[in-house]
Order: sequence, then structure tokens, then C-alpha cells
Amino acid sequence: MAQAFTPGLTRAAGLKVIKTRRLPLLGETLFKVGDKVSATDIVARTDLPGPVSVLKISHRLGCQPGELKDFMSVKEGDAISNGQVIAESKGFMGFFKSEFKSNTDGIIESISKVNGQVYVRGTPIPVEMEAYIDGKIIDVMKDEGVMVETVATMVQGIFGVGGETGGKLIFGVDSPSDVLAPSDLKEDMKDCIVVAGACLTQETIMKAKSIGIKGLVGGALHDKDLRSFLGYDIGVAITGNENIGITLVATEGFGELKMDSNTWSLLKSCEGKRASINGATQIRAGVLRPEIIIPTPEEKSKDSDSGAGSLEIGTKIVVIRNPYFGLTGTVSELIVEPQRLESEAKVRVLKVKLENGDEAIVPRANIERLAS
Amino acid sequence: MNHKNFIATDCGSTTTKAIYIEKKKDGYRLEKRGEAPTTVEAPFEDVTAGVVNSVEELEELSKKAFLLKDGKGVIRPNDGKKGVDAYVSTSSAGGGLQMLVAGVVKEMTAESANRAALGAGSIVMDALAINDGRKTWERIELIRNLRPDMILLSGGTDGGDVNHVVEMAEVIKEAKPTSRLGSAKLPVIYAGNIDARNTVQEILGEVCDLFIVDNLRPTLESENLGPAREKIHELFMEHVMQQAPGYPKLISWTDAPIMPTPGAVGSLIERIAEKEKIQVVGVDIGGATTDIFSVFSDKFNRTVSANLGMSYSISQVMAEAGWKNVMRWVPFEMDEQDLRNRIKNKMIRPTTIPQTLEELIIEQALAREALSLSFEHHKSLAVGLKGVQQQRTIADAFSQKSGGESLIKMSDLDLLIGSGGVLSHAPRRVQSMSMLIDAFQPEGITELAVDSIFMMPHLGVLSTINADAAVEVFDKDCLVRLGTCVAPKGEARKGESILKVELADGNSFEMGFGEIKLIDLGVGEKLEAKLSPAKKVDLGDGPGKEMSVSLTGGQVGVIFDTRGRPLTISTNEEERIRSLKTWHESLNLYPE
Repeated sequence: MAQAFTPGLTRAAGLKVIKTRRLPLLGETLFKVGDKVSATDIVARTDLPGPVSVLKISHRLGCQPGELKDFMSVKEGDAISNGQVIAESKGFMGFFKSEFKSNTDGIIESISKVNGQVYVRGTPIPVEMEAYIDGKIIDVMKDEGVMVETVATMVQGIFGVGGETGGKLIFGVDSPSDVLAPSDLKEDMKDCIVVAGACLTQETIMKAKSIGIKGLVGGALHDKDLRSFLGYDIGVAITGNENIGITLVATEGFGELKMDSNTWSLLKSCEGKRASINGATQIRAGVLRPEIIIPTPEEKSKDSDSGAGSLEIGTKIVVIRNPYFGLTGTVSELIVEPQRLESEAKVRVLKVKLENGDEAIVPRANIERLAS
Repeated sequence: MNHKNFIATDCGSTTTKAIYIEKKKDGYRLEKRGEAPTTVEAPFEDVTAGVVNSVEELEELSKKAFLLKDGKGVIRPNDGKKGVDAYVSTSSAGGGLQMLVAGVVKEMTAESANRAALGAGSIVMDALAINDGRKTWERIELIRNLRPDMILLSGGTDGGDVNHVVEMAEVIKEAKPTSRLGSAKLPVIYAGNIDARNTVQEILGEVCDLFIVDNLRPTLESENLGPAREKIHELFMEHVMQQAPGYPKLISWTDAPIMPTPGAVGSLIERIAEKEKIQVVGVDIGGATTDIFSVFSDKFNRTVSANLGMSYSISQVMAEAGWKNVMRWVPFEMDEQDLRNRIKNKMIRPTTIPQTLEELIIEQALAREALSLSFEHHKSLAVGLKGVQQQRTIADAFSQKSGGESLIKMSDLDLLIGSGGVLSHAPRRVQSMSMLIDAFQPEGITELAVDSIFMMPHLGVLSTINADAAVEVFDKDCLVRLGTCVAPKGEARKGESILKVELADGNSFEMGFGEIKLIDLGVGEKLEAKLSPAKKVDLGDGPGKEMSVSLTGGQVGVIFDTRGRPLTISTNEEERIRSLKTWHESLNLYPE
């Protein structure tokens, strides 16, 4: 039987999920292998070097750069504080001295004899790393971080903005084709992750943010709404570092699209549980998709279903480009020979029986396999 | 050297492409092409796995054995039954070569350093200069955050001031830069004032792997980019590639140093321009970036528009060009929101292809804008040296020229080469030619071609060991000659006669302003023509000057474009749609 391979997104229950929590610089880890952690536990911490300040001392004291060290009252490696006199000119017969007071706290990193500048490293910035998901520590990378494992329901979205967050998973609408209206959002949804059905509108996002909802998961976004909400246009899909006070995940794409019904059911089965979500998306080599992880430690784990795999007659797929964009169906024929499309491009295609009963020819590049 | 056959691979970010070249009775020819996914990232983390897979495809297609047992390399030499005489490769996997450049004055030494790095095939992450408007601590933070593969430090002319370049060296020292891949010391190339070498060595010698080469701007009037470019290539191999997964093994397999992909393309274009004594522009439009190469008056330039591409960066094309500029190429009405959503969907699912004609036309409209924006970027960077004292006449006193004028003269351009999926795989070749003409707006008489299967990187690196083979395959199998574009420069009233054409085959016609016309002339065919432009337009010899030329054919033919230079399209929607439909019909651009 003819078959082909196609990429897809992970959307399944009972998956073994492992998250690496690595510090940006070496630091200390706070748990050991076998420890149970909750999502908000700090598992590792470090101090990032502070910002560098440059003090133009020889210029101020009117000395040659090569002589600066003789004028300094502190040396490389010394800690200094704001307002402290750190250099002084010798003056004339003990008179007319001028001094240089530091305008920053920090450590003297170097004193340049070439340009007479002093480089001061500011106070370190503490960084703490949370576990992100409820689970168990399965590995500790000495001074670097830990690996947390859990069994979970996992849904990868197609696009998101905003970073890691978490909260109770609740539903704001009754079906995957409903659009969540601002009036559907209530104050008691604060700190929750709200599943929104179809399209996330700008008004709804603004209202959710004002209530203090941690995240919204919807079928789609409109480019216009996203641009208005962010205040700029996203040119390249590298997101996750936006400081927007809420994380958004779209499961299907941009436009008027309802959430895939299987995805809806999967999330519905986790209603009321704690979800960890991350909107970070990177569409480059080493693709990163947004995610919703709901730990279900009571379940037995199975292998991850990435949605990628063989494509056979009967495989459920979704079309990801016009003219059938967003429609789901099952593969009814895998045509071997390349076919000419309306655009006149000659490519490999398949025949799909759409859920509305129609049959369509679609390029193989324009479909995604739905996880079974 | 008398090689009988070669294999060349290009390890791209997503795909590794292998080609097999063999010497036949009619010279070197491309025989087979294979490809496989690149395997730099997990779970493979060994680039050679992708190389072996792509060469295996060559073995299957050519029914010849090229690989050593257990995938331990390519069999050499060719013994008549198996193996090849040489194996070479390029690479842009893992993000290619990412560099930071630093100079003293932004418009002078920093700009020269930028040109040297780009010419060597790197992505320039940023350019630091004493007058870049940043504070010292901002420069230090920038170096630390960017984590480049290599830094090129220049500054000062030989015998000039040393303080500023030394200050920049101190900034690099304070940043304590670390390598993006692995934990080795970061390579820093110093190509600045000869008098500052010892001090720079003293400052950077311990914290970085410092290499000193000739000053790339020894005097204000001269640039010497060769030594810095060569050192970049060398260090790319020895330092950067050695850290990348599987590359030490790949390096041991090849018969020439691995080149960064764009460096190889640039080197080939330079060779072609030199051999044919022509002015060339080449473009490679990819999913994420667009590279432009040019050779005018023997001066080579390369620029990368890092976020202008047809899939990953397509939304950036829309953001930079704007809705109206994209729509000026679309012969039907569209809802802005619908178009923007479609573009975002392509960005998040970059591997999809246009199924309908409408979608194809939209993608080709975006391609025109991506190419046009990238070319503007190129023109702004491919300039003469700034800071050079010029003798001025009284007439110059009234002009705004300040030196550093663009080297790109469209009326001097002989050959325009397009490469990349949207150009190489357009369903009709005339669509590729039309996109190139609309985006680059060649003036006078210009030949156009596309790279049939994106072979230029392979041939570029091949040219380092066998230039004749590379040029021969380039001409016979790589380039698809599209034909010639005849386009007078200037403007007139719509419909006003501006060009008379008398062809040697007896045909003649007259063209009005705002028209476009295609005549058939096959590959390898020539046609003598007498071209008589109206007084207000110029074909290259001056306004109204008649020209007798030999037009070269191709898979499309000869396009006479009297739509004016610069090309303007009506902002009135109805008129725009009417004009576009007429032009598309004249060229038989799309199916009815």
C-alpha cells in the first residue's frame, strides 16, 4: 500500500514529558534525583554578571592614561560603592587636589592604561529557574540545572506569544467553534488558563489581561488583532520573550478557524487540572512550537506521538493551505505520480475525503497528519 | 589537474544537496543530483549522516559506488569503476558563519570590515564603531549577548591614530566573548592600523584567539579585503566548523577547505565576471534570507538581507514593503486582512506550496517585493570608499554627492542571475524572468538567467580546485538562459511612441510608453536588431541614440519593456488591474 510521511504536532494524553531546566550561566541546583517538584518550585539559581559601567577617570583628573593606576585608591577586583572616592589627583603641595567619586556600585574589573578608563561590573542579577511542570527530578546537571519528568496530556499549538506560565485549566465557551467574548470572562478566572474555542479577538485578550488570566488557548488569531495587541508586526516567527502579561496559544493558525475537535476533547478531559503553558514559537531549523502540558501522573506513559508518521489510506489529516485551509478529512488515495495543480506546479498530491463529504486533491506539502 | 569526475555537497540548514559531475565527450557535465535532510541537529548531531544519505541517492541514480563501507567517506580516486577524483563541500548548516565586525569610523573602517565579512560569506550580526552612537557598556553587552562565531576588528589607516582601535580592542576584552559552539576561545581577526598590532596583541592575546592580517583599509583611498577574507575562510574551517557536530569528520573527507555556502556562490560569480569580462548581479532568495552578489568594474560585493525570504521571513516582507506595495503586483482585488492572515499562515507553516493560481500570484508579488527591498539594501552598501578626498569642480558644489556612491549601474549590467525556489521552480520560466525584471528593473540591454537546481554553491567550491570544470558546468547545466530584456530608461506619456525595433528577420514594430512585449528567440539563438529610442529615453548610449545590437535568446525569449525606468504602476486600483492584466497577457505569464 502506498504511504508517505508528513509532519504534525504532538497532541495526545499519557505522554512522558521531560523538561530540561538549564541556567543561562553556571549556578547551583536545589533538588536531587528522585525528588518530587511542583511547577512553581525553584529548582536552580544563579547570579548573572551585572552591567558594565565605564568611568572616564584620567580624563576627569587630567592625568595620562599610563599614570592612572598611581591615582587610584582601589585596585582591580575591589568592591566599590556609589559615592565612594576611588581616585584622587596629587594636587600641588598637597593643595588643589581633585577626586573622583564612583557613581555606581560594583567591582573594579579593569583599569586601562591605554585610554584611562575604569570598567566597573555592577551588582549581580539573581536568576531563579522554576520547575515549570509538576513532576519528578530524573537528572541533575551539576551547577547547570535539572531534568523534570512527568506523564501528561500535551498539546502543541501552531503559534503563540508570551513565555512560560501556568494555572488551572478552565473553559470559557461550550464548543470548539464558539468565539470567546469579553463578556464571557469573569473575575474568578484570574490566574487560570482559559480555553477559548475558535478565534481569540483583541477585545477578549485585553479583557483577559486586565482580569489577570494567565493564558488563553484558542483555535486561531487574526493578524490585525495580534498586531494591535502587541503594538508591532511579527515579521519572523521567533516569539516567547514578549513582556505582555499573558500567554496566547493558537492551535490552528490565523483567520476564522475553529479549534480541531480532537484537540478540544483532549483539553476538555483535563478541565480543572493545572496546566503549564508556553507561547514560545521558533520557526527555524530546530523548530519550537507553543505547548500546553497538563500533568496526569496517575496515567501510564506511552511514547510521544509527534503527529509525524506514515500517511496511509484512512489517515486523518487537516489541510493547512487554501483553498481547503482548516478542513479535516481522511486520505482516500495516495497518488504516486506528480500531478499538475491549478497553479501549474507539478507536485506530489493525495486525494482526501473531507468531513463535509466532498473529495479534494491536495498537495502533500499542504497537509498535516492528525494524531490518532 | 585532469579530474575525471567529482562529487560536491552543500550542507544547508534543512537539506543536504549532492551533485555528481563527470567529464564526457562534450566536457564536464552534471550527471546526477541527490538530496537528504541535513543532520546537524538532534537526534543525529552529525552532518556526515546527511552527506552519506545524499550521496547514496547519487549512487542509486548513477548505479555507481561512491561511498566507503560503513559510510566512512567518499572513495577516491576514481578507478574507472567506483569512486571520484575529488570531493568538495560547502556549508550553511547551523546558521552559517555568524560574525561581528568592529571598526573605528562607521562609514569607513567599520564599513570596509563589513564588506570583508559579507564577501567571505558570513552573516554580519552587527557592526561596532566608535561613532555608532552606543555607549561603551552597550557595546560590551552586545558582544556578550550576540555570541558570534568570530570577530573582525579593523580601524585606522596604517601610520594613523592608534587610540581608537585600541579602545575597541579593550571593549572586546571586557566582553570576554565566548564561542557560540563549544568552549574554545573566540577567534578575533585584527586587520587594522599596523602600528597598533603590538598593543592589540597585548590586550586581546590572552582572552581571545587573535590572528593578525594586513590592514583592510591601509589608506583612506584603498581597500585591501583579500587577506581578511582569506583568514575568515581559514578560521571558519579550523575553528567554527571544528566545533559543529560531525564537521571534523567531514573536513577529513574533503579535498578542499569547506566554504560557507554564500562564500562559494560569491566566488563563482566573481570568476564568471572575470572570465567573461562582464558586469553581473546574482540573487539567491531563500526561505529566511536573500543574498545579493554583484561585480561591477571588477569590484565584488555581497549583501545579506537577513529577514527577507519567502517562507520563514515572508511576514517581514509584508511588514517592510507594506500592503500597497505588495498589491501593486496583484491583478485582482483582495481584502487586506485576508491577505495578511494568509501570509502569517505561510510563516508558521513554511513548507506549504500555492495550490491555486491566486495563491501563486500572491507569492510571486511578495517575491518581487523581497527582491526589490534586498536589491535596494545591496545598492546602499555596494558603494565606493567613503572618506576619500575628491577633486571637485564648481558643478559638484551644487550636487549633494559626498563620496561613497553606489557601484551598481543598471545600464552597465550584462547578466542578472536568479536563484532560489520561487525563481528556480516557478511553473513558467517567463514568471521568473518577469519577477527579476520587475524587482531589479534592468536598464538598456540585459541578459537574464536562473540557476536550474541551486548548484552555484557546489560549483563555487569546485572552482577552488578546478575552475574550468566549474565554469563549464555552470554554463551548460547550471544556468538556464531565460533571454534578454530591452528596457529604455526614462519616462513619457502613456502610449507615446518611445522605441522603434527593426529585426534582422524582417520584422519591425514600434512600442508606446507603458507596454511590454515578448518575442520568441530560443536558447543559443542570436538576432541582430536596430533599436531607435525616442529623444527622451536612453538605451545606454545616451538619450535618443540609436543602437545596433545582437540580442540573445533563451527559454523565454526577448522582452521589450517600455514601462519606463523607474517603473511606476498606477495607484488607481482599476487602472492598476487593467495594466497588470494587459502585461500578463502580453507575456503569457499565467494560465487563462
